[in-house]
Amino acid sequence: MDNKNIPRTEPIQSATFTNPINAEIRRAAATGIYDIRGGGAKRRVPHFDDLLFLGASVSRYPLEGYREKCETKVTLGTRFAKKPIELDIPVTIAGMSFGALSGPAKEALGRGASAAGTSTTTGDGGMTPEERGHSSKLVYQYLPSRYGMNPDDLRKADAIEVVVGQGAKPGGGGMLLGQKISDRVAEMRCLPKGIDQRSACRHPDWTGPDDLEIKILELREITDWQVPIYVKVGGTRPYYDTALAVKAGADVVVLDGMQGGTAATQDVFIEHVGLPTLACIRPAVQALQDLGVHREVQLIVSGGIRTGADVAKAMALGADAVAIGTAALIALGDNDPKWESEYQKLGTTTGAYDDWHEGLDPAGITTQDAELMKRVDPVDAGRRLRNYLKVMTLEAQTIARACGHNHLHNLEPEDLCALTMEAAAMARVPLAGTDWYPGKAGF
Amino acid sequence: MQTYDLEANGLRGLNSTLQEQNGGTNKTAWEVVNPKGSHAIAVGLDSPIDVTVKGSTGYYCAGMNQQATVRVEGSVGPGVAENMMSGQVIVEGDASQYAGATGHGGLLVIKGNASSRCGISMKGIDIVVHGNIGHMCAFMAQAGNLVVCGDAGDALGDSCYEARLFVRGSVKSLGADCIEKEMRPEHIEILKDLLERAGSDAKPEEFKRYGSARQLYNFDVDNAQAY
Repeated sequence: MDNKNIPRTEPIQSATFTNPINAEIRRAAATGIYDIRGGGAKRRVPHFDDLLFLGASVSRYPLEGYREKCETKVTLGTRFAKKPIELDIPVTIAGMSFGALSGPAKEALGRGASAAGTSTTTGDGGMTPEERGHSSKLVYQYLPSRYGMNPDDLRKADAIEVVVGQGAKPGGGGMLLGQKISDRVAEMRCLPKGIDQRSACRHPDWTGPDDLEIKILELREITDWQVPIYVKVGGTRPYYDTALAVKAGADVVVLDGMQGGTAATQDVFIEHVGLPTLACIRPAVQALQDLGVHREVQLIVSGGIRTGADVAKAMALGADAVAIGTAALIALGDNDPKWESEYQKLGTTTGAYDDWHEGLDPAGITTQDAELMKRVDPVDAGRRLRNYLKVMTLEAQTIARACGHNHLHNLEPEDLCALTMEAAAMARVPLAGTDWYPGKAGF
Repeated sequence: MQTYDLEANGLRGLNSTLQEQNGGTNKTAWEVVNPKGSHAIAVGLDSPIDVTVKGSTGYYCAGMNQQATVRVEGSVGPGVAENMMSGQVIVEGDASQYAGATGHGGLLVIKGNASSRCGISMKGIDIVVHGNIGHMCAFMAQAGNLVVCGDAGDALGDSCYEARLFVRGSVKSLGADCIEKEMRPEHIEILKDLLERAGSDAKPEEFKRYGSARQLYNFDVDNAQAY
């Protein structure tokens, strides 16, 4: 047979050495440094999309969507604080720093959250007057770096969040690269302008739950036991971390899964360390129930919350509230298609832009560039965030009413089923059409 | 002199009483008796009062201090004067870990020895230790002065930024990016002032100065072995 006529095998791309993997190998070989980016895990992991609500039927009756009330209020910090935080909706804004975000973006977060009746949160870098001024309820993060930390701001806070870890990088510290260290950011952090700032992965003056208990005592003594103290952990060992946070005296536990975003961290950390949010909730709730403090110590869940359905599912699994970060930035204008030509110039595209650490954000949100940040109108962006928060709440109410509940907190695991075995195992709700989930006793 | 019996009246009463004092108070001198190693004694103060603790304390004594002068007639547990903003804290005995951690201002004097991580992440505080200090002191120290009249342990000044470190005795080892630096006249002046204020008779000329080589300020893969 003529060689020309021999059928050729079709080129087959490796499922192991994919084009993105190969591109990363070439990038690493060219630069000698790991890839750093913002955001949370992009890989597909079991998530709220793998759960469905069952809705009402003969055995349960629904509530009328336009007539019967479905409450959304939530109170956080009822355990020890003299002044718990009362929110109109159970969707809060997660901690994001001034430095990582521009001043107008922080202001917009405060405006939007306040208009929707919820709280926003500072980040690594301290509290700015704009943020405090535009946030009716502001949670002050107490981080390992202690950048900008001072007792005056501590006393201005409506709650204090002791950050032990976050879902994008549990066990890792922060990074703010030199490009984003403006004069103001440098001054707030007591560091030279233009250097790469490393935020420590551990607190400088305590280690372990026994120390944490004493640290919380100190913070309460400084703030006259007025405000709630949250403890935020990344999703790693949620049962034990939640139990230990309770033991240490937390009013609220904030649990952040691996889809939760960060301003800048190694891609390998984001994608390969930590648990999916879905896998975190039930063990944490179990810990609260075992200690007899479910609902007394509130649980806030974050990491990949996008819709009212996600809110409702997290709450059905036992959360008291959720927090959003990435979704809030998108509502402000992050990754908006109107900047596509500029994303292209940066070698990326709408929806994929994650080089937040470089300070070149066309949307003006994750930057300290004076010109770029003018693209964020805090009033308009705040209004969009408010609208989005309202829609999420309406969606969650719609689902709750359909399940027959007059309060979002009355959602329960029995309202749910799972589409996959993995989701059934993680959420401990039955696989759709069965009464079984992996690990359930008696099977 | 106002006397507060901590054992009899409790921690909350002590701190709320001290925190209520303002610049116009006539109750400017306080004595805390029976501290018995309690945690969080005299934290969050914000007025120019003098507080003397008659005995040893637990964690975070004088934490986040502003304006006040707190003197401990004993030894202190971890985190004394953590995140201090201003004022003075004087420890007559020894200090456990993290003394002066993340402090932004004020003067911390330890007349005995200080344990590991003294001055960790300091952001402008001045610390004078009459004795020795342990390992990893001034780790990631950003600003301020750490003066050690005795010896320093391993990894002094690891990954430090702009803080100045002065040691009279030996240094067991320097941490990543920490080097010995030239002692210039302005440093002698700084030292002289701090030693005087701390009640030390050590001579500034006997000290060596250490600080950041500034080689790790921006990430470079060729420095990866340093971490």
